[in-house]
Amino acid sequence: MYKSDRIMSGVSHIVLIILSIGSIFPFIILLSSSFSSEASILKDGYNLFPKEFSFAAYEYLLDNSSQILRAYGITVFVTVFGTFVSLIMTSLLAYGLSRRDLPYRNFFAFFVFFTLLFNGGLVPTYLVYTEIFDLKNTIWALIVPGLLMNGFNVLLMRVFFMTSIPEPVIESARMDGAGEFRTFFSIILPLSLPILATIGLLQTIIYWNDWFNGLIYVTDPQLFSIQNLLNRMLADIQFLANNSFGGNISVASIEFPSTSVKMAIAVIGILPIVVAYPFFQKYLVKGIAVGSVKG
Amino acid sequence: MAEVTVKPLETDIRAAAKKKIGARRSKLKMVMPLFIMMAPGLIYLLINNYLPMFGLAIAFKDINYAKGILGSDWVGFKNFEYLFSTKDAFVITRNTILYNVVFIFLNTVIAIAVAIMLNEIKNKLMKSFYQSVVLLPFLISMVIVAYLGVAFLSVDVGILNKTILPLLGLDEISWYSEAKHWPFILVLINLWKGLGFLCVIYLAAIIGIDKEYYEAATLDGASKLQQIKYITIPSIMPVIIMLTLLSIGKIFYSDFGLFYQVPMNSGALYDTTSVIDTYVYRGLMQLGDIGMSAAAGLYQSIVGFILVLLSNYLVRRKSKDNALF
Repeated sequence: MYKSDRIMSGVSHIVLIILSIGSIFPFIILLSSSFSSEASILKDGYNLFPKEFSFAAYEYLLDNSSQILRAYGITVFVTVFGTFVSLIMTSLLAYGLSRRDLPYRNFFAFFVFFTLLFNGGLVPTYLVYTEIFDLKNTIWALIVPGLLMNGFNVLLMRVFFMTSIPEPVIESARMDGAGEFRTFFSIILPLSLPILATIGLLQTIIYWNDWFNGLIYVTDPQLFSIQNLLNRMLADIQFLANNSFGGNISVASIEFPSTSVKMAIAVIGILPIVVAYPFFQKYLVKGIAVGSVKG
Repeated sequence: MAEVTVKPLETDIRAAAKKKIGARRSKLKMVMPLFIMMAPGLIYLLINNYLPMFGLAIAFKDINYAKGILGSDWVGFKNFEYLFSTKDAFVITRNTILYNVVFIFLNTVIAIAVAIMLNEIKNKLMKSFYQSVVLLPFLISMVIVAYLGVAFLSVDVGILNKTILPLLGLDEISWYSEAKHWPFILVLINLWKGLGFLCVIYLAAIIGIDKEYYEAATLDGASKLQQIKYITIPSIMPVIIMLTLLSIGKIFYSDFGLFYQVPMNSGALYDTTSVIDTYVYRGLMQLGDIGMSAAAGLYQSIVGFILVLLSNYLVRRKSKDNALF
């Protein structure tokens, strides 16, 4: 029986090592290709290791860094501001719903809950935000539609408030003369740091990675987030390759290290997340487990 | 007990009524701050979720920007007649459902297997390392996945055409124009990206199983595989059923990024990569066919809604605690 233990653990290690390699294999190709010379890629294709080492792609991106830096700035602003507002709105609504003395409590809870069951979909949402609110080509288009708050997080937080914050705490704050806002900001929120961290982390990842809002609401390159820039580069480099199809492939490829730049810009896009990952990995795992237990 | 009814004096009633009104007023004063707190969130849901629900009515209109959306003519079910008279309706419904069925089945089975293996790793550091690495793809956006896809599938310089296929003695494949390969590619990419997330959930469920069961089984001489079969799997069955039913509720929806970004919106691939979400997007943003697009969207919303209710009904029958409502 101990032998079966050891076999099982050995097999597990082998399978998991293979899976781990499979998970990071694409990233390694990405990284190595971004450091390969254009000529070696055109000859041998993208590879696991650079055949001819070169910084040309990064030099090119450095020379054209103003757009990239701007896009980074947009992404950082959208992520920080969006996550902050999202946490405030979510927790305020969830707190109200968690209070047993709230009038029409069931109505409001259903109002939030129904949004999880049924939605209007893309077309009416797009028309609401472009025709009624005129959000097209504004920074708010990257923050507000779809992402700012969702019913699931509200209900998740409500469960936390109801189970983890004893009613006497609220009661005694009121006795001491604290108003609702004071109670909420100086007593409830500090007690809710775990759930705020969990939802905040997931929101941060969602905002950082979002390209959809940019795709449908933003056409002005000045407002491109890093994801939208990546999106455009993917299409545009393709466009470039298509255009040179007719004749002068060589001219296009000499002027512009398009195949390695493509990988280098992707590396720049994932770098912050991958660098920060070891630090938030633990919380992310916890957050996923919490979210799945009960909404 | 003797029945004693005391007829309250008129003045008493008045006093009580006054008190009640006063109480209501002070109550209103008390709950007003709560309503103010909730207002931003409620207004957001009204705009972001409820307004579009009413906007679904445009599926019954012939949208004409010159007349405005409200002024456009009502055309009844004409948009739907168009939609369902084309081959598109069948193709996108088929693709959406088939992909989801394969995703649900494959991802669940593999994620459970991997979670069980992760649980067998006693070295905490290694366990956390494996888990983090498998979860890494979950963190990146579909745009980046599209770039990774190019690294593999690019016709001229992709690693598949340049290195792997020649090693196997096979000919180059024009990946972005041959639709028949895409079911495999999309299933693989979806697995690669979603495996870590499901693993975390199943591993949490496995860790929650009482250790005493395993100790007793070991004493009785049960092998590892028998323990997995008779203890682990039955214990996490409620989680498996719940997650599967929740996914079935979403079977009419798909990950837009996976089907739009990764195949690079290539027209030659629509037969195997077009799903309801990409169809609606293309109708709205690229073809300007809002009526048809809205009709497909309404079709998705309604069938999706019915499926959510149905799957919740099934979860509820299985276990009340796990039901969404």
